[in-house]
Amino acid sequence: MSEKKQQVSRRQFLNYTLTGVGGFMAAGMLAPMVRFAIDPVLQTHARGEYKAVAEVDEITTEPQRFDWTIDQVDAWYESEVTKSAWVYKDEKDDIIALSPVCKHLGCVVSWEGSGDYPNEFFCPCHNGRYYKDGVNVPNTPPSAPLDVYEHRIEDGTLYLGNAKPRGEA
Amino acid sequence: MLQKIYDWIDERVDITPLWRDIADHEVPEHVNPAHHFSAFVYCFGGLTFFVTVIQILSGMFLTMYYVPDIENAWRSVYYLQTEVAHGQIVRGMHHWGASVVIVMLFLHTLRVFFQGAYKKPRELNWMVGVSIFFVMLALGLTGYLLPWDNKAYFATQVTLEIAEGVPYIGEMAKTLLSGDPEIVGAQTLTRFFAIHVFFLPAALFALMGAHFILIRKQGISGPL
Ligand code: HEM
Ligand code: FES
Repeated sequence: MSEKKQQVSRRQFLNYTLTGVGGFMAAGMLAPMVRFAIDPVLQTHARGEYKAVAEVDEITTEPQRFDWTIDQVDAWYESEVTKSAWVYKDEKDDIIALSPVCKHLGCVVSWEGSGDYPNEFFCPCHNGRYYKDGVNVPNTPPSAPLDVYEHRIEDGTLYLGNAKPRGEA
Repeated sequence: MLQKIYDWIDERVDITPLWRDIADHEVPEHVNPAHHFSAFVYCFGGLTFFVTVIQILSGMFLTMYYVPDIENAWRSVYYLQTEVAHGQIVRGMHHWGASVVIVMLFLHTLRVFFQGAYKKPRELNWMVGVSIFFVMLALGLTGYLLPWDNKAYFATQVTLEIAEGVPYIGEMAKTLLSGDPEIVGAQTLTRFFAIHVFFLPAALFALMGAHFILIRKQGISGPL
């Protein structure tokens, strides 16, 4: 024991105890509520599966839009939502399936969507443009190439999975 | 750090007298359970307030998931209770708290009644207290419908029939509550939700404010 006694006054002792107990109770009350509120950030989301989208012989060298539906589970609400892809064959005869979601701020792009820009994807929201391979045209708003769908071909049918970003072009 | 922030604000707006006035005052010996254990009966008012705070907080958080729509209300409650982390606890706090708050309120009222603490000059605060009691019952009643399960539905059906039983204005009162003369449905749920989450809490805050201001003004009643 040290020589000089650490004096804790009755008032201090009560203050500490009350703050401690009060803090403990407040924390016990708030912890479940805060965890409840931030749950969407911490939930893991199931990966989308591959879905049949088109027959391979329909696909040409000209980008065509194909739509398909997926079952979406939005908490307590289940619905079918439509997804789309721009699909074509490149010079090497490889199938390319591009996401139509603009990399600027998320509008939807169309192949030759503007008469002024033939042979390009065009986004009407802020005149974003992409070359046929999906790479963004420099000095237009988008800052990255269009996402590419993972794809698989089985028995002449094209299946698409998730759209993946391509990294910087 | 905290002390510095406090000092910075206090230097400019002099907040010390504000909270001193609220938090720092003598507790008379006769209401202090450390002196007379039987003085614990004075705690019921504070406990009522404490549980009310829990109700308000847990209710606010429940509203992050709950939807007042007949197609989705039950499913959203089911989802928040089974799929969301701690959903069972947060809903449980609100569910059980709704009963506990009324028990506490009742015990508080009994203490005031049997001590005669409602006598002059505190009659006004007794009336405010009775209003709080009715607002609290109404909160329990309107909240009970919100999960939109069978129990909620038929409890509300019964409530509406009781309202209809009032002489002369009964039918009108029922339609006003349920939003439709015949159907207990979509409009009943949205109405009860609005009343439960906005109108009654607003009334409750106003009444509690009045209750506490009156207590500070008049002080706690003397020993028996
Ligand atoms: C202070 C008094 C309050 C009381 C006595 C009370 C009472 C109730 C009751 C009895 C239920 C039904 C619970 C169940 O059956 O599980 C309920 C549900 C609900 N309350 Fe309150 N409530 C209060 C305040 C609030 C406040 C301030 C809010 C929102 C700001 C709120 C939001 C809700 C919601 C969203 C539900 C539906 C969710 C569920 O049923 O679990 N409540 N309330
Ligand atoms: S969102 Fe496509 S250009 Fe802005």
